Amino acid sequence: MNIRPGFSVHIFRLAAFGCAFLTIAVFGMMLFLGWPLLSSGQFFVLLTREWLPSQEIYGIYPMIAGSMTIALLALCLSLPISLGTAFVAATLAPRRLRKVVLVTVRFMAGIPTVIYGFVAVFLLVPFMREQLAGGSGLNILTASMVLALLIAPTMIVFFVNGLGNVARSYCLAVDALGGKPVQKLLYLQLPQAWPTVLAGIILGFGRAMGDTLISLMLAGNSIAIPRGVFDSGRTLTAHIALVLAADFASMEFKSIFACGLVLYIFSVIVVILLRYLTGALVRPPG
Amino acid sequence: MRSLIERVIIAFSWGSVVLLLSALFFMLGYLMYRGAGVIGTELLFGKIAPIDALLLKRQVFNGLFPAVMGTFALVLLAVGFAVPIGLAAGIYMAEYCRGWSRQLPTVLFDILAGLPSIVIGLAGFSLTIILHRFFPGRLGPCLLISALAMCFLILPYLIRSTQMALESVAPSLRLTAPALGATRLQNIRYVLLPARLPDILGGVILAIGRAAEDTAVIMLTGVVASAGLPRSLFEQFEALPFYIYYISSQYTNPRELQMGFGAAILLLTVCAVLFVTAFFIEQAISWQLSRE
Repeated sequence: MNIRPGFSVHIFRLAAFGCAFLTIAVFGMMLFLGWPLLSSGQFFVLLTREWLPSQEIYGIYPMIAGSMTIALLALCLSLPISLGTAFVAATLAPRRLRKVVLVTVRFMAGIPTVIYGFVAVFLLVPFMREQLAGGSGLNILTASMVLALLIAPTMIVFFVNGLGNVARSYCLAVDALGGKPVQKLLYLQLPQAWPTVLAGIILGFGRAMGDTLISLMLAGNSIAIPRGVFDSGRTLTAHIALVLAADFASMEFKSIFACGLVLYIFSVIVVILLRYLTGALVRPPG
Repeated sequence: MRSLIERVIIAFSWGSVVLLLSALFFMLGYLMYRGAGVIGTELLFGKIAPIDALLLKRQVFNGLFPAVMGTFALVLLAVGFAVPIGLAAGIYMAEYCRGWSRQLPTVLFDILAGLPSIVIGLAGFSLTIILHRFFPGRLGPCLLISALAMCFLILPYLIRSTQMALESVAPSLRLTAPALGATRLQNIRYVLLPARLPDILGGVILAIGRAAEDTAVIMLTGVVASAGLPRSLFEQFEALPFYIYYISSQYTNPRELQMGFGAAILLLTVCAVLFVTAFFIEQAISWQLSRE
């Protein structure tokens, strides 16, 4: 190579710090564009108000409530199944079968989100409409069920890594004492790996909060505060995707930047929690 | 009591595996059942001869060809932007960045990896608004903005995989070339990168998959339901995942719905092929590592 070594280092550094800077710049851009709304209505007031455009109140509380409800419900549905599958994939099954389960789960993680949503629209929504909920079939429960399926692979892979990282000498000790796999799992691996399991739960919750398409396609997108799981709801992410049609100068349009800021701050909190729990780098999901 | 709990746990765990896998196969089976009939050249090209469409002689109106080409252009551009930047940043993080200055970018890359894709899309959209203020009427949402936003979305994956690949080089191999008098850059160029090329390639393939499937980013930055073939960087375009989303709510006749199922199968196939490729590369790496 004929390039001077010092020069290429500058390029490498520019790339790294450029990306890092852009991450901050994203926050700055949203702050800049959403500023008229933030400075007039104050950010924290905005978070607690309802959405009443006729009275010029553009509170995003309904969307925050929608996002939290859908994500929490998805987590509650997904967590037991994910833990059970992780138990099988980490310890309970014979070695070959473990690998098959894990590869299938990772394949699930690779299926595009839009396909989960698309199939649900034609499979789960009619079922909801005719058998369970009535109405349009587009409600919080529908979205949560599909979202549960979507976040399961992320959590399972994380759980399996955590359970598998328990010191080998301990595992051999349990085996030598005649412990069954399930005993090894319950009394050694799970207590040892609980920070990773907690981290996996937070990661799953973060994914559920950040997902756009499932809630956009399945939750119904009504802007009222949800009162139950059969109500229609709108998430922060769906709100951003939906308001685009509106006039660029309106306050309604500016509210999407408030949603963006909330989501940004939320993901920062998730990352800090994850780093604190795992004490190391957290690999991106997928 | 304990043995009862243990038995319940075992039964529950196997039950959840069965539930999860049956949900997966039910979903895939339904997709195939509904969409298998439309798979064929007509799905892509409509009534027009494939050769005419491929040579751009005639426009395709009721086929997926424009959407496929749009996604292809988008992925090509995004990965084309992201790979050099991601490699450079990954090399810097693994080989040069030391001490306190390492913490901040690492945390920021974690945050970037964790940002919801709609927020990245919103950032791309904000960029068009800001550019619009300075250069009125020039630039709206378009293929270029989408590609830049998508590039930003996949960057953390590329940085992370490059960084981890370089950091996993065995110390004995890492020290050989410098001991023979090679510079740091020569060591990276001729020893470290070639040694871990498959890892990096695996990361790139995963990034391609991510760029091909993500819908939220492009929704805000320039994808539309019908735009024809992508002609220029500064025009709006069609994309496969957005087409699927659009059809799910806006289909007007059974034929369009059928095409939606066809598009879903097509996208799933693309992602499955990428997944299998990445999987085999990974298997080859672990086989190679176990031999070392």
